[in-house]
Amino acid sequence: MKHLRLAILAAPILLASAAFAQNQVATLRNNAPLAEEGEATQIPGIVNTDIRQVRNYPDQPPLIPHKTDNYQVDLNSNKCLTCHSRTAVEVSQAPMISVTHFMNREGQTLAAVSPRRYFCTQCHVVQTNARPLVENEFVDVDKVLDYVHSKQGGAD
Amino acid sequence: MTGLTRRDAIKAQAAAAAALAAGLPIPAAAQNLVTDANVTELKWSKAACRFCGTGCSIMVATKAGRVVATHGDTQAEVNRGLNCVKGYFLSKIMYGADRLTQPLLRKTGGEYDKNGEFTPVSWDEAFDIMAEKWKKTLAEKGPEGIGMFGSGQWTVWEGYAASKLMKAGFRSNNIDPNARHCMASAVGGFMRTFGIDEPMGCYDDFENADAFVLWGSNMAEMHPILWTRITDRRFSHPHVKVAVLSTFTHRSFDLADIPAVFTPHSDLVILNYIANYIIQNEAVHKDFVAKHVNFKRGNQDIGYGLRPEHPLEQAAENADKAGGAEPMSFEEFAEFVSEYTLEKAAEMSGVPAETLEKIAKLYADPDTKVMSLWTMGVNQHTRGVWVNNLLYNIHLLTGKISTPGNSPFSLTGQPSACGTAREVGTFSHRLPADMVVKNPEHRAYAEKIWKLPEGTIPGWVGSHAVKQNRDLKDGKINCYWVQVNNNMQAAPNMMEEGLPGYRNPDNFIVVSDAYPTVTAEAADLILPAAMWVEKEGAYGNAERRTQFWYQLVNAPGESKSDLWQLAEFSKRFTTDEVWPAEILDANPEYKGKTLFEVLFANGKVDKYELSEKAREYGNHESEDFGFYIQKGLFEEYAEFGRGKAHDLAPFDTYHEVRGLRWPVVDGKETLWRFKEGSDPYVKPGADYEFYGKPDGKAVIFALPYEPPAESPDDEYPMWLATGRVLEHWHSGSMTQRVPELYQAVPDALCYMHPDDAKAQGFRRGTEVRIISRRGEIRTRVETRGRNKPPKGLVFVPWFDARRLINKVTLDATDPISKQTDFKKCAVRIEAV
Repeated sequence: MKHLRLAILAAPILLASAAFAQNQVATLRNNAPLAEEGEATQIPGIVNTDIRQVRNYPDQPPLIPHKTDNYQVDLNSNKCLTCHSRTAVEVSQAPMISVTHFMNREGQTLAAVSPRRYFCTQCHVVQTNARPLVENEFVDVDKVLDYVHSKQGGAD
Repeated sequence: MTGLTRRDAIKAQAAAAAALAAGLPIPAAAQNLVTDANVTELKWSKAACRFCGTGCSIMVATKAGRVVATHGDTQAEVNRGLNCVKGYFLSKIMYGADRLTQPLLRKTGGEYDKNGEFTPVSWDEAFDIMAEKWKKTLAEKGPEGIGMFGSGQWTVWEGYAASKLMKAGFRSNNIDPNARHCMASAVGGFMRTFGIDEPMGCYDDFENADAFVLWGSNMAEMHPILWTRITDRRFSHPHVKVAVLSTFTHRSFDLADIPAVFTPHSDLVILNYIANYIIQNEAVHKDFVAKHVNFKRGNQDIGYGLRPEHPLEQAAENADKAGGAEPMSFEEFAEFVSEYTLEKAAEMSGVPAETLEKIAKLYADPDTKVMSLWTMGVNQHTRGVWVNNLLYNIHLLTGKISTPGNSPFSLTGQPSACGTAREVGTFSHRLPADMVVKNPEHRAYAEKIWKLPEGTIPGWVGSHAVKQNRDLKDGKINCYWVQVNNNMQAAPNMMEEGLPGYRNPDNFIVVSDAYPTVTAEAADLILPAAMWVEKEGAYGNAERRTQFWYQLVNAPGESKSDLWQLAEFSKRFTTDEVWPAEILDANPEYKGKTLFEVLFANGKVDKYELSEKAREYGNHESEDFGFYIQKGLFEEYAEFGRGKAHDLAPFDTYHEVRGLRWPVVDGKETLWRFKEGSDPYVKPGADYEFYGKPDGKAVIFALPYEPPAESPDDEYPMWLATGRVLEHWHSGSMTQRVPELYQAVPDALCYMHPDDAKAQGFRRGTEVRIISRRGEIRTRVETRGRNKPPKGLVFVPWFDARRLINKVTLDATDPISKQTDFKKCAVRIEAV
């Protein structure tokens, strides 16, 4: 199973090497020399499509596919729960918060949302329409499984 | 999924094309569920989170040599199954498309050239040129001419190996970690007040406190998982109160019962007022104070850690003895703080008097267990050690310390600022287990453990982080190696100190990193580093918890861990080349040996066979060197602390447990230090014993308010504070390469009060220049963001490589800790 990584990485290594025959290697700087500052890009808009995204893996907190401007989440109230709480979803048709959100530190399910999950934005974030500066080559587990399956291999 | 839309079909085609491009097979059948356990089973292993000092435990899933998923470890005390958004995306941090996979050297026409282009070279060629430069500088300037800048993100053994290579191998104490920017003031506070580093309490305090007071800390974003524990405690127990003090409103204020926005630097005044309030209202725990506390008056007028020729340093009376102090009585201390009245504190801080009084009462009420929490707001402060001392003052006056819920708790920024930078002692003045290079007995002790000749370790204090950049600019340090950090982006005053230092034609700069960072671009040689679970590692978190992980996947291309790089480089030197004749003449058995033989193949570090490593995991360093180097380094290092109140458990234990909090004595971890019954080092009958001090007593310090190094004026009318955001770790070199995190917060914006923006004709999104006496950047105004500064202050985070805010910041430091104040300098803002 050790060959998969090489197969996946072969292409980007070539690209990266070609890009390195130069001085400005700091990929995230958009080619601005270190002593200079390029134009600051416009503040990008928030994606507000309400279209759910595929998670990278089951454990990933879902991204927020809508604007949350001026949402109040504080000592007094939690705006997110007005749509995402267990009892709200019939009306809102929003996804209900996960069952894990009712569990305390000991893994016991409480009668209501666990306070440790109260501040939603610690895990769930909105997305802007900014274009990523660098591609990420994380490979989805389904593709890894396809590979394993095709090689009739076992678990690594 | 309900029905396949046209959009879905296009996406599926795109995915198939991507798989093809990546060399992956395309599944022939339209099977949509794989159930064969042999195929679907993932291998789950534990690891410590790569990011902050909280030290969450992570479960990492691997399949076919790839990390395919991560989640919070349900078995870990620290986080009990939770992660923050960064932690949930750990799976992707290693897979940025621009991973460095081979060494890159600046060359012109096939030869090294400081102004040449980065060109791929072999490890051999990389080490050849490095060794040539190091040997030339060592011959010409001696050990003072070389330097190293490491990190609180080094694993424990990497930091230990680096410290040993520099201090014993090259005989140079010019090694410092980026923890200098982060935790040095906390260390100074601990050493001054208690004589021993790191918190007495632990995270169990979160479930026991009645009140939490945040001093300049935004835990909601910077320590999110610890914030979940405070949130849990606050909501589950309605009597609990949360006070949040900061120079601007931020997300932690969402949970604040008592919010307080104070004028920068006036925390010194507020803390002295609280001490005064405690005394005036007879809330001093007299028995505790009489038995366990001494009082001292600290030196005043101590300067600002600027270059010695700066007028502020010239004018400072005690710039050269900033840490000095004289004994005083309780009555004298009471007299000293009596000028810090409620009225004065309210006036100087801008916080309403009734708010200040509420906070003071939390501390004064004997029935309220208080946990104080702080990080960069206190530590990155030109009086950072003082503020640490003043915080301990109010806990010591009331005896609210070392018991569950009574806890002055210095939070940690980096994942191993405690474990590596502090405990291993990678600072320019330190050795392991709180020992210091200035002390001849400490040096002798280290030489004995390291099996090295007497006099090997030099007694001079090396250059600290900020001074290293000055030394590079001044040509005093000519060979410099940076590992696991992005200091060109992180260090203050980049345009006047950092960049001219790295690009000084006399200097040869080496940067080891996984990605081509800003710092890498400023280097002459870039070495590709294995990161996180591509190597076996250990981190130590803020509550003294040491955690291990195995190498779970292989690093890409030719990249190697920092440990491998350090040990391999040491093979390039013999003792005859780097040690003086007098040491070798007196100890001829060391003659002609390589530094690798002397430091790593010394009968201790190479004591454990390769066969002892876990069979199911790789270990690229040990496989190369032929012995279990991590275990050897750890066990040698652990000798320093065992029996000296820093006891670590045996190496193998840490691979089994979710970390243990030192001192680990008779297999049992210590939750609250200095308290009889919970700390085995406290003498029976003592009740409390602050054994870091010879008489077992902690110190309360009389320290005044002194002004900041630079304040707003007519020309530069605004305060600038810098910091982090939840979604990005430090300079963003990992998190900016995760699309979901990048797209959540892509840019460092200038958070500004709407009235300030309006007064200058700006709107949200206006492009502006932020200008100081030292440099400027371009960014956009944000008036509606998560951070809400008061009028007269702007906040700009430093994660954004395109907007290097440290071109603007001031390299003033705390004169005791040498830690930079990144929270205060004067700027003006202009439309582009």
